[in-house]
Amino acid sequence: MLAHAIFFYFFSFVAIISAIMVTVSKNTVHSVFFLILDFISISCLFIMIGAEFLGMIMLIVYVGAVAVLFLFVVMMLNVAQQKNQWFKSTDTSTHIPIGLIVSAIIFFELIIVIGGWKYKPDIIKNFSNSLTSNSTNTHTIGSVLYTEYIHLFQISGMILLVAMIGAIVLTFRKREGVKRQNYFSQISREKNQGVELVEVKSNEGVKIDV
Amino acid sequence: MFEVSLGHYLTLGAIIFTIGVIGIFLNRKNVIVILMSIELILLAVNINLVSFSIFLQDLSGQIFTLFILTVAAAEAAIGLAIIVAYYRNAGTIRVEEIENLKG
Repeated sequence: MLAHAIFFYFFSFVAIISAIMVTVSKNTVHSVFFLILDFISISCLFIMIGAEFLGMIMLIVYVGAVAVLFLFVVMMLNVAQQKNQWFKSTDTSTHIPIGLIVSAIIFFELIIVIGGWKYKPDIIKNFSNSLTSNSTNTHTIGSVLYTEYIHLFQISGMILLVAMIGAIVLTFRKREGVKRQNYFSQISREKNQGVELVEVKSNEGVKIDV
Repeated sequence: MFEVSLGHYLTLGAIIFTIGVIGIFLNRKNVIVILMSIELILLAVNINLVSFSIFLQDLSGQIFTLFILTVAAAEAAIGLAIIVAYYRNAGTIRVEEIENLKG
């Protein structure tokens, strides 16, 4: 139990420090690196308390896909070396103290809710998908995800499809001076447009006008 | 102190959530950091769901964490595509210079 507590405090300390560094670091590339560190330590926490499948999925999806996507965009957009003007904004805006106050209020409200939390005593009996100890975490998730939640699963697949198409449509552009393949004109070409039959006389050759 | 309970995990989630909110409010750099703060907020939600799921011995929280993960990935892809399109049009993604709406 002591080792569990030590690992919990270590991983959560790393997660909180790297979450702070995501927001305050001067370089955007460093922010992405601290975001990766944050995801890794949180997935270590997930693996530690027994949600191994989600920890591994977090590593694959966030570190392997989302963070690399962020890194690509940061590299493409040439924003890495912009100066950070965090508390010394030039204009006379009042949104920094108001933002801090609102954030502090949100935090204290969350802490009050967590501190005053009590379960209803009969709530645990009403759960439908209780964890059983005689099969692994992945097995249990699979047996529930593909039966009870199959509609939500397929709808999330549709969400990913729409996101993919949307990203392609948003970033697509037609450039001038680049020859592209036009499938419609390619397919709808007919024989009398494409082929010309020429009667060739001997010793004269053919003139081809291109 | 040495007994890690549900409250510890919920407090961790609350702290990371608040850091994400602060990152959105106080950001002066570029929009990409705002997207990263949104990812932090979704991560805090995931921490809450997984810790409730483990400590209450119920699987629904982990299932919904999977769906939140999906939505977060889709949101990151769309947001970054919008940022790339905006940078191509306006030449900047600094928060202070994006003022078309005069907000």
